[in-house]
Amino acid sequence: MTDQSMHSPIVSALIPAMAPPADIRPGPVTWMKKNLFSTPSSCALTIGFVLLAAWLLHHFLSFAIFNAVWSGGREACRASGEGACWPFIAEKFDYLRYGAYPVSERWRVDLAELLGAVLVAWLLWTKAPQRKLAALLFFLVYPVASFVLVRGVASLGLPVIDTTLWGGLLITLLMSIVGIVFSLPIGIILALGRRSELPFIKAVCVTFIEVVRGVPFITVLFMANFMMPLFVPEYLTPDRLLRPLIAIALFSSAYMAEVVRAGLQAIPKGQYEAANALGISYFNMMRLIVLPQALTIVIPSIVSTFIGLFKDTTLVAIVGIADFLKAVETARVDPNWAGPTISSTGYLYAGLVYWGFCFSMSRYSQSMERQLARGHKS
Amino acid sequence: MTQAMYAATKGTPPNKAMAIELRDVNKWFGSYHALKNVSLSVPQGQRIVICGPSGSGKSTMIRCVNHLEEHQSGEIIVNGKAVTEDLRKIDEVRSNVGMVFQHFNLFPHLTVLENCTLAPVWVRKMPRSAAEELARHYLERVRISEKANSYPGQLSGGQQQRAAIARALCMSPKIMLFDEPTSALDPEMVKEVLETMVSLASEGMTMLCVTHEMGFAREVADRVVFMDRGEIVETNTPHQFFANPRSERARQFLAQILK
Repeated sequence: MTDQSMHSPIVSALIPAMAPPADIRPGPVTWMKKNLFSTPSSCALTIGFVLLAAWLLHHFLSFAIFNAVWSGGREACRASGEGACWPFIAEKFDYLRYGAYPVSERWRVDLAELLGAVLVAWLLWTKAPQRKLAALLFFLVYPVASFVLVRGVASLGLPVIDTTLWGGLLITLLMSIVGIVFSLPIGIILALGRRSELPFIKAVCVTFIEVVRGVPFITVLFMANFMMPLFVPEYLTPDRLLRPLIAIALFSSAYMAEVVRAGLQAIPKGQYEAANALGISYFNMMRLIVLPQALTIVIPSIVSTFIGLFKDTTLVAIVGIADFLKAVETARVDPNWAGPTISSTGYLYAGLVYWGFCFSMSRYSQSMERQLARGHKS
Repeated sequence: MTQAMYAATKGTPPNKAMAIELRDVNKWFGSYHALKNVSLSVPQGQRIVICGPSGSGKSTMIRCVNHLEEHQSGEIIVNGKAVTEDLRKIDEVRSNVGMVFQHFNLFPHLTVLENCTLAPVWVRKMPRSAAEELARHYLERVRISEKANSYPGQLSGGQQQRAAIARALCMSPKIMLFDEPTSALDPEMVKEVLETMVSLASEGMTMLCVTHEMGFAREVADRVVFMDRGEIVETNTPHQFFANPRSERARQFLAQILK
């Protein structure tokens, strides 16, 4: 230490805080300068990407909107031959939603979907009152109600509609909701089992997870559909729609288990010790302390798995179930509508529908993350 | 200690006046012998400070008392109940023994108040309103009642540790275990936690405290237990221990921490 610093003056007044200088003050111009145009190469990249985006957007919009045929019939579409043929979607709209479900009974599907949408919204809207009641209705009452409505119970005056007639978006939604609702709880149980200290439980869970993850989903579907009837007597064979439903729930639960396990591993040992030291039982410790934290951490991966599952439902077409994409495929080759833009329009519509569902799941999970992070951020 | 003596102590009934009794406790981590024939009797209301070099088994010993660690031989009797494999008995022992950790281990997804009411509600089956009243009482006592609705992440280290003490107290424990409660704190926050512990001691709580705060040991401890390499080397009054330790190992240890 030099002599000077030994005798430096004592600062007694506090230095007042000052506003930052103009060029680092946050604002759109400083942001753009810093992030878009900081160096010549970043200028070039920015301009290049803006041009590319404009070009892509122009093509998309001119096909989907500006050059598209909005009214008229198949003749108008054939005559135009440049843009999307929306009258085709309008005519096939009901078929894409319900498949071959009898027209006179389609209100039952509408009602079931409406009920489901209301309950899901109630459940997902975190500020809604009585969410426990919503959960109860959704998980216990709704499955029975929608089964009665969509499949029908003759004694209640609702004729039974065979599942071979079901199709379109109805199948896609059914598959995904069943998959999502079952895969998370089964996945949690498998993940906890995999970390169990009891060797038998651990072995069962590890075997299940590794076997299911090691087999392609299509194989699982084939096995469910074609092999099961060979081994199981006919009166015990589940319905042809139920088999892929079970397959998809079990298949995604194996993936879910690994996602949940990642979350469990992120919880420090101290949390378990604190819970143990308070005499809290294993079940309550998991339910109240460990899982809420673990699941919050892995929300992005859980939703990724849900999105993957939603799109994987298209694979059931392989075992002859007419899901939404299969319905688009069937509608597209209708000879009455043969035309140059019909296929593109069909696929564009399918893409938009899938994207809409997946994107809303993704946005919801992001808002959830923000909400939960706000709770206990330092 | 010889096998004969071990057999002799094994059958004796637990002493009712003793809050904690350890009899020839041995513990191994794999092949590492972490606790060697540790015996210690703590009468109700006594305050014990355990010190010793790092790795000497201090934390392991108090973690055995509420079975966060499993001992392989010997007996541990807490409030007249043997700590054994039986899960139900362990939970019973644990709910009467409060523990405070070095790293607080508060539940970060719950508010301070919820941290405090969790165990009373789910273990003691207390109605929520009663549990909240109790929690507010103890938060008042550790002087952080204004933080009841904050999350642990929004508190300073000292406040978190006091919240953790309140959480343990909400179970109305008969014994409190402190595992280096001030070691992870910034220096200016050590005092507020120690003051809380001193006031707890003055009310007659049985306390087992692993700490290097020698001032605290002098002020409140009835006995100082010095451990080294998994064994209890010396048990002494604080005055005697600091002024005139009997063992060479304690003398060396003190020479190192009190420069």
